[in-house]
Amino acid sequence: MSHGNMNLTLKVWRQKSGQHKGSFETHKVEANEHMSFLEMMDVLNEKLIQERKQPVAFEHDCREGICGSCNMVINGMPHGPQKGTTTCQLHMRQFKDGDTIVVEPWRAAAFPVIKDLVVDRSAFDRIIQAGGYISVNTGGAMDGNAIPIEKDLSGQAFDAATCIGCGACVAACPNASAMLFTSAKVAHLNLLPQGKVEASQRVLSMVNQMDEEGFGMCSNITACEAECPKEISVDNIALMNREYIAATLGSDKTA
Amino acid sequence: MALKNNVPEGPLAEKWISYRGAMPLVAPNNKRRLEVIVVGTGLAGASAAATMGELGYNVKAFTFHDSPRRAHSIAAQGGINAAKNYQNDGDSVWRLFYDTIKGGDYRSREANVHRLAEASVEIIDQAVAQGVPLAREYGGLLANRSFGGVQVSRTFYARGQTGQQLLIGAYQALSRQIAKGSVQMYNRHEMLDVVIKDGKARGIIARNLLTGELERHAAHCVVLATGGYGNVFYLSTNAMGSNVSAAWRTVKRGAYFANPCYTQIHPTCIPQSGEYQSKLTLMSESLRNDGRVWVPKNLDDAEAIRKGQKTGLDIPEGDRDYYLERRYPAFGNLVPRDVASRAAKVVCDEGHGIVGTGKGVYLDFSSAIERYGKSAAHTQGISNPGKEIITKLGTKVVSEKYGNLFEMYEKISGENPYVFPMKIYPAVHYTMGGLWVDYHLETNVPGLFALGEANFSDHGANRLGASALMQGLADGYFVIPYTIGTFLAKEIRTPKISPDDAEFVAAENDVRTRLQGLLDVQGNQSVESFHRRLGKIMWEYCGMARNADGLTKARKLIQELRAEFYKDVFIPGKQDEFNPELEKAARVADFLELGELFAVDALDRNESCGGHFREEYASAEGEAMRVDDKYTYAAAWEWTDTTQDPVLHKEELVFENVELKTRSYK
Repeated sequence: MSHGNMNLTLKVWRQKSGQHKGSFETHKVEANEHMSFLEMMDVLNEKLIQERKQPVAFEHDCREGICGSCNMVINGMPHGPQKGTTTCQLHMRQFKDGDTIVVEPWRAAAFPVIKDLVVDRSAFDRIIQAGGYISVNTGGAMDGNAIPIEKDLSGQAFDAATCIGCGACVAACPNASAMLFTSAKVAHLNLLPQGKVEASQRVLSMVNQMDEEGFGMCSNITACEAECPKEISVDNIALMNREYIAATLGSDKTA
Repeated sequence: MALKNNVPEGPLAEKWISYRGAMPLVAPNNKRRLEVIVVGTGLAGASAAATMGELGYNVKAFTFHDSPRRAHSIAAQGGINAAKNYQNDGDSVWRLFYDTIKGGDYRSREANVHRLAEASVEIIDQAVAQGVPLAREYGGLLANRSFGGVQVSRTFYARGQTGQQLLIGAYQALSRQIAKGSVQMYNRHEMLDVVIKDGKARGIIARNLLTGELERHAAHCVVLATGGYGNVFYLSTNAMGSNVSAAWRTVKRGAYFANPCYTQIHPTCIPQSGEYQSKLTLMSESLRNDGRVWVPKNLDDAEAIRKGQKTGLDIPEGDRDYYLERRYPAFGNLVPRDVASRAAKVVCDEGHGIVGTGKGVYLDFSSAIERYGKSAAHTQGISNPGKEIITKLGTKVVSEKYGNLFEMYEKISGENPYVFPMKIYPAVHYTMGGLWVDYHLETNVPGLFALGEANFSDHGANRLGASALMQGLADGYFVIPYTIGTFLAKEIRTPKISPDDAEFVAAENDVRTRLQGLLDVQGNQSVESFHRRLGKIMWEYCGMARNADGLTKARKLIQELRAEFYKDVFIPGKQDEFNPELEKAARVADFLELGELFAVDALDRNESCGGHFREEYASAEGEAMRVDDKYTYAAAWEWTDTTQDPVLHKEELVFENVELKTRSYK
């Protein structure tokens, strides 16, 4: 298929490990407009392997925009130029023949680089472990229809729950804040009647853990929302702030 | 060795109840001393680890991902079945059981399927209690939709992201146990061997993927929830990392692998666009509620479309062949997955395909847009609406129903599916085969259990839509937490297993030698290129239609490819470092063995059933023909030594409650 072929120059971040210094490496790649961005990276890696060099390490798995593994800053934008799109769903038709494309890892103190484009996002797991759940054991749940939940409210909780935990919000934020991620989980659970029981403890514990992980403060820049591949709203941050204030006032609960 | 399925005595509907009443219990003080390893954190693994942690066992959970939340269960779109009968449309545990047995073409075990149907009801309650935002009606109660192959509306869903929401629910339950310390989580760890001591599974060898270090982990038993093996086809809707290695390593140590040839080829996926393609993307089955499948009747038209001289819009109504509606008037576009896939292959083989490769058919929403548009115009009181208004209103309705899927299609294909009919083709999606397990979900190796897609037990030869999530969560939340007690109750006097025992050291050395062997080849071809070639052999000879000659040839080609792999593969880097190419090589090495067993199994099964279609066993109209008197068995294969032929162990499937019939959707 000769139609739609394109010659690209890639400037890719290479870094042997967190202990080593990194730098950009330039490569020429022949791509096709029907390829996904990651398939273009596959072509580069196949070429590097043929040259008996180390392929570029990057995270990826489902390649359909839902697992949250892929994480590349492309031309300065987390997940690249297309709105509401993960790196794996970005296709090369968004670029032109002759383009130079700069590819970097997420950059945040709380997401240390492991190798090349791979970073450690386990801080997100620890935020969830701090309280991002409803404390019910398996078995003994009441009937699913026992508590009616307003359709719109359920929809609002769902919108927050669509977060894929990729970390683009942190990468987009000049302060490397994790407020969008944390607030999406707080909103998902605190909005629902099932989650109300532990609402104040949840928000205190999760915010506390977020701070301990070394994420920055929120200064209402909202770049997180603009770059979020699931278009999660900063309204969730406002909701979390309200929940947090309510939980700290008139309560003897601590994180 | 005779296979004992350990199905309890008694009437079908009472087996599970009486089992739970009679099974031995493990007291809390003993649970604290017992250790369980769970490998995999998808729906089955996360729910099992969380629940066993809640019960008080010491659980160690492993995933090769950077977080347990990334498992491929997350990608399931459509929904989860449950026999709630909230719609008052006559659903029941019996009907869900019956539909699943029939949908599986009478090749699954009655008792397991009935238990699955019973547990389905509890899953929904559990998910709601966890805060999973399942779809609701305006009155605030849970909503349902219909799926293929059934006549009731029993599918619960969360838009097109049901798998994601259910997995996040299980991941949150797991996270809670991790925080409590009852589950120890090992991210970025891949199981590379199982350790068997005195005939029982007592631990695993895991590789820390960041450092490359091999670790020995001991426990009283091992639970695998490591998913399916669809990636043996290279191109599938599975995630890139999905693999068979954890299960396959246990086969090498004596576990039996059942029915490897039962593969589900999903009819509605986005067709392959080029050689560079790394995976295929599913378009949910729900689209067939409104989309009509067709190809051009005239071969000239099809060729003009393939060359880009015409589009689907240029073909007049009379020149379109709506082949599913023509062949199956009763079910039309909603025939089960295996039937729809084969029909697409037939028309494309005849030269009617509509994409460059010849392998694609249309899924057309124009009729639905028109129908919904007219109805919306009527509701809004617009009399004699013009075509433009109808299209506009109809597009809006379709976008409300399927918007996220249409968007995903457009991102991948670059075409607007509201205007141009979608192009689709079948792709490998799910594998019904897996490790053989008994009623306890225990393999033939004592202390080794398998859950979810990793086992073979519930879907027979074909899985119905929205049943994978149900099985994963039933196994993890509601089956293994009970049945594991039957094994562990006998182990309360067994002291903590030491990872320094000779068996562990030997297994670790085996793994190190195996990985070094791969690295030392230092040939000229990439791992990926071998995987791609294996996939082509599998798709060509073990895909939607199989025959004895092709399968015999496939087995030989796979053996040759495997030999070439060990002579000419090139893996950069070393063992003791983060090395994704080495990870991939170990997985492809295992696929190169599983692929052969797949062909052997498909060759053994001289009948057509469900996803297994043998061209020699078809009616004059091309429909599948089972051979019940010879093949009503599960084929459990023993294959520890690949220089020998695999050994077949049969579990005869006994149907005491349903009558075996020919599936007909005409």
